[in-house]
Amino acid sequence: MKSLIRLGLAIVGITGLLYLSSLFIERSQGAAGADTLNIFNWGDYIDPELLEQFEEETGYRLVYETFDSNESMYTKVQQGGTAYDLTIPSEYMIERMIEEDLVLPMDHSKIEGLENIDPEFLDLSFDPNNQYSIPYFWGTLGIVYNDKMVNEDEISSWSDLWDPRFREDILFIDGAREVIGIGLQTQGYSLNSKNDEELQASFDLLKGLAPNAKALVADEIKMYMIQEEAPVAVTFSGEAADMMWENESLHYILPKEGSNLWFDNMVIPKTSQNVEAAYAFINFMLRPEVAAQNADYIGYSTPNEAAMALLPEETTEDEQFYPSEETIERLEVYEDLGPIYIEKYNDLFLEFKMLR
Amino acid sequence: MITKQNRLLFFPYFIWVGLFVLVPIGLLIYQSFIGLDGGFTVANFVTYFTSTTYLTMTIQSFIYAFIITLITLCISYPTAYFLTQTKRKDLWMLLLILPTWINVLLKAYAFIGLLSQQGSVNTFFDWIGVGRQQLLFTNASFLLVATYIEIPFMLLPIYNAIEEINPSVVQASRDLGANTWETFRNVIFPLSLSGVRSGIQVVFIPSLSLFMLTRLIGGNRVITLGTAIEQHFLVTQNWGMGSTIGIVLIVLMIIIMAGTAGRKKGVRR
Repeated sequence: MKSLIRLGLAIVGITGLLYLSSLFIERSQGAAGADTLNIFNWGDYIDPELLEQFEEETGYRLVYETFDSNESMYTKVQQGGTAYDLTIPSEYMIERMIEEDLVLPMDHSKIEGLENIDPEFLDLSFDPNNQYSIPYFWGTLGIVYNDKMVNEDEISSWSDLWDPRFREDILFIDGAREVIGIGLQTQGYSLNSKNDEELQASFDLLKGLAPNAKALVADEIKMYMIQEEAPVAVTFSGEAADMMWENESLHYILPKEGSNLWFDNMVIPKTSQNVEAAYAFINFMLRPEVAAQNADYIGYSTPNEAAMALLPEETTEDEQFYPSEETIERLEVYEDLGPIYIEKYNDLFLEFKMLR
Repeated sequence: MITKQNRLLFFPYFIWVGLFVLVPIGLLIYQSFIGLDGGFTVANFVTYFTSTTYLTMTIQSFIYAFIITLITLCISYPTAYFLTQTKRKDLWMLLLILPTWINVLLKAYAFIGLLSQQGSVNTFFDWIGVGRQQLLFTNASFLLVATYIEIPFMLLPIYNAIEEINPSVVQASRDLGANTWETFRNVIFPLSLSGVRSGIQVVFIPSLSLFMLTRLIGGNRVITLGTAIEQHFLVTQNWGMGSTIGIVLIVLMIIIMAGTAGRKKGVRR
């Protein structure tokens, strides 16, 4: 009994110490103020060294928080009560946030280095003239396979995923638009289809794909593919780059039918308390050497032309990550579908999850 | 007797219940009548009760919750009973409760490490010659992990109920000639039922809406109502539909509570 009491006391003591130190850390970080910059970014989406470098150079104190989906980021910004100065949503979410007045227009006279960005990634339909957003990374959705279990010639398109050989073998990213999109693109329809018949046809087609699904998961795909839990996965290009870095048997391909092309751009949400600091961060990230270091660390494709010159050739010449213009033609950007169709996509996806 | 002072002491409790129980349930009920266009409607309920997807999901959740509860009960009851018979009860109890101090997410990840293709279990299977099996993303692994996580919550109330039984009642039963089995069946078991009931309530209801485990361990091949709620709140932003499913869950919980409480009177006769 005595030892039990001692154990209990020790635990109380340790938690007390941890609590005190957490208080100390919070105080030293501060909340919002003239010299703090609140960044809300995707998890694992920046080289942490760059954050330190930014703090050292500019003297701003960074408060860095992460999210794992555009939607949860949106909910937090929309509900208010947050003081994010900069966040990095994907294109369809930027479109929606512009529509709902949740982001501030950018003053281009305060931005330096926009000329470093490939003009192909500027002035896109979701944000004409880049009035609200500055490109951060871009990428595609594709297929990762392990050459120990699958031959190179066995997989080159979405329709190959239906092959009975891959029964219960494929890991899918847990996203409604991605999975329903596979059905749409296999039949040559648009990823932004708002046609009920096309959607139903895609779902019927996907019924045949369900037995091949091993699991529908999120970030864990990276870990599973590295550990060779599954031979094939459908995931984003940047995730794929990370996996390939860890496991040399993995390869990424862009399906023949085409795929999704996405952009993550930096925006200043309405909640911002320190717009000046946000501009300083945008300018910092636009610098070629910073963008190159970040791209090298994260593995996603950078829109920064000047930075590409600084990256190793084997990276920038990789057709799967920096595809030719001809391939880019076949890629499609998501548009905001509006609540009714988002619901339809998700209802079909929920139904897909229930298939066995 | 309720004096003025006593009433003052209740005050914080009332505020707590009001702010964190009644107001949220009120909001949930309100939200469940809001359609996608923001107007007032009963369409969400109509959708729920006419959609085969939601109804199958409800039935599936029920079956999984039932199996999880049954397995935890079968493991916890004998464990709790033998625990009361041991000498160093508090030490054993501590050992069994210790895992609940660890975050569920961490435990889930630990199970991924155990059950994956390169995990310890498969390495062992490989070594004894059975060969590697697909363990992760199966119904069995989902049930295993869910059961593991719920066991302490079933064990504690049953243990307390058995522990509370007055020893003289058991002695009286033995004195009157009942053997161990008869004593257990006619004295200990009926008196411990209150613990079983609270155990079932504490395990069954959360099991209906497990959503994180369904993705991490079940790989979204196991779908419960929790998955649908999560999707409606976080992805489609259709809070109306999410709230509707929430309301259905709350009503189901009330029915289960009422059902298990009803039998209580019968036992105490």
